[in-house]
Amino acid sequence: MTGRWRVRRSPSSESLAMRSLQVIWAVFTKDLRVEWRNRETVALMVVFGWLVIFLFNFTLEPAGEESLRVLPVLLWVTFAFVGILGFNRSFAAERENAGMEGMALAPADAGAIYLGKVLANLVFLGVAEVAVVFAASIWYNFSFIPSLPWFAAIVFLGTLGYVAVGTIFGAIAANTRMREVMLPVLQFPVSVPIFIGAVEATTGALRGRAASEFMAGIRLLVAFDVVFLILSYLLFEYVLEE
Amino acid sequence: MNKSAWDNLHLAVTAVWLLAALYMIFLYAPQESTMGEVQRIFYIHMPTAVVALTAYSAAFLASMVYLAKRHRTADDFAYASAEVGFVFCTCVLVTGPLWAKPVWGIWWTWDARLTSTFVLWLLFISYLMLRRYLINPDQAEVLAAVVSIIGFADALFDYMSIRWFRTQHPQPVIAGGPGSGLDPKMQLTLAVSLGAFLCLAVYLIRQRVALARTARELSQLRRQSASKEARA
Repeated sequence: MTGRWRVRRSPSSESLAMRSLQVIWAVFTKDLRVEWRNRETVALMVVFGWLVIFLFNFTLEPAGEESLRVLPVLLWVTFAFVGILGFNRSFAAERENAGMEGMALAPADAGAIYLGKVLANLVFLGVAEVAVVFAASIWYNFSFIPSLPWFAAIVFLGTLGYVAVGTIFGAIAANTRMREVMLPVLQFPVSVPIFIGAVEATTGALRGRAASEFMAGIRLLVAFDVVFLILSYLLFEYVLEE
Repeated sequence: MNKSAWDNLHLAVTAVWLLAALYMIFLYAPQESTMGEVQRIFYIHMPTAVVALTAYSAAFLASMVYLAKRHRTADDFAYASAEVGFVFCTCVLVTGPLWAKPVWGIWWTWDARLTSTFVLWLLFISYLMLRRYLINPDQAEVLAAVVSIIGFADALFDYMSIRWFRTQHPQPVIAGGPGSGLDPKMQLTLAVSLGAFLCLAVYLIRQRVALARTARELSQLRRQSASKEARA
């Protein structure tokens, strides 16, 4: 057994990269496997997302041109709420099972653990988003098919940024009392640029405008994703230390 | 001079400076031509905004220093700056609408500067709330530093993003705002007021840092005496 865990003195940069990829993959598949076995988080996210969409539809009753104005905002607000549920679960379970200590003690780069968690949260939120968009498309009689490529790209970029900060904040909020409330308090102010960029770009895409008209929004999302993925990757090490 | 003498001197200077600023704001500065007396709130509004932004940047820098060097004082300073900055940021958000209502006719508009100030206020809240709600106080310094750094990066981002998008709409006209046409007497009043508020903020932060240090010493002494009693 001891041989297996021997630390290599001077690992080449290539083996370090390989090792990080292994850690990312291990954390990612671990989270997917846990989710597959209990099927709690994603189911909760989907149902909650449908409820939010339903309530909005019920109270706003948008139709025609009005729905085009309302839909981008509504979708992103729903994604925001649904995401919070997922991020809370992501680390609440770790904390209950002493997973945080395990991750802190593991001979693995904290940044790699973070990226694995980001991937898992991205998949969970992505699945919930597909379900939400599907429901919205039916209840609002709106077809996303004509603008699907751009719409999907914008949703992906916005979700990536949202997950990037949500994953590190989820880990931080797991250490607080009333973490369900603490997470949105941390998450929403920081996510303002995502909402500005995503709503702007989604509106342009759903209206079938030329891509150049909503490029500013997409650029903002890409910049946010890059900056906050790198920043959180570097800072996650401090979050794990006890 | 010992420490408390310095503190008293600082307090006295702050008090005199604030009184001088008050005098200049209400009696020395000339009346603004279109907005009238209400424009005088500018001499409080703008300095408090500068102090709030400076305090947030100071908290960010102190958090970076804490993560790198693990000096307790750096964390105390970050916490104190965030608390004081929050108070000043609240002042900005109160004086702003008070000025906007008679001049623009509305309390609030989602203009670039207003929105980014509001987000800054929310970032202050999230930082301060996090410190209160952590289960294990030993983690407070590190986690708060992480949140402060992410929040600062976000504040920069916000400022840019809101400029790119919201300013496509015409901004309300700020007649006689901080532009080129500021009367020399107004400029002087602004400078004195800004100095007074900065002096006050530094005084408050110093007091808050000293308080944090005393609280820590006290809890240490308590622990020591408790362990002594347990041994006896």
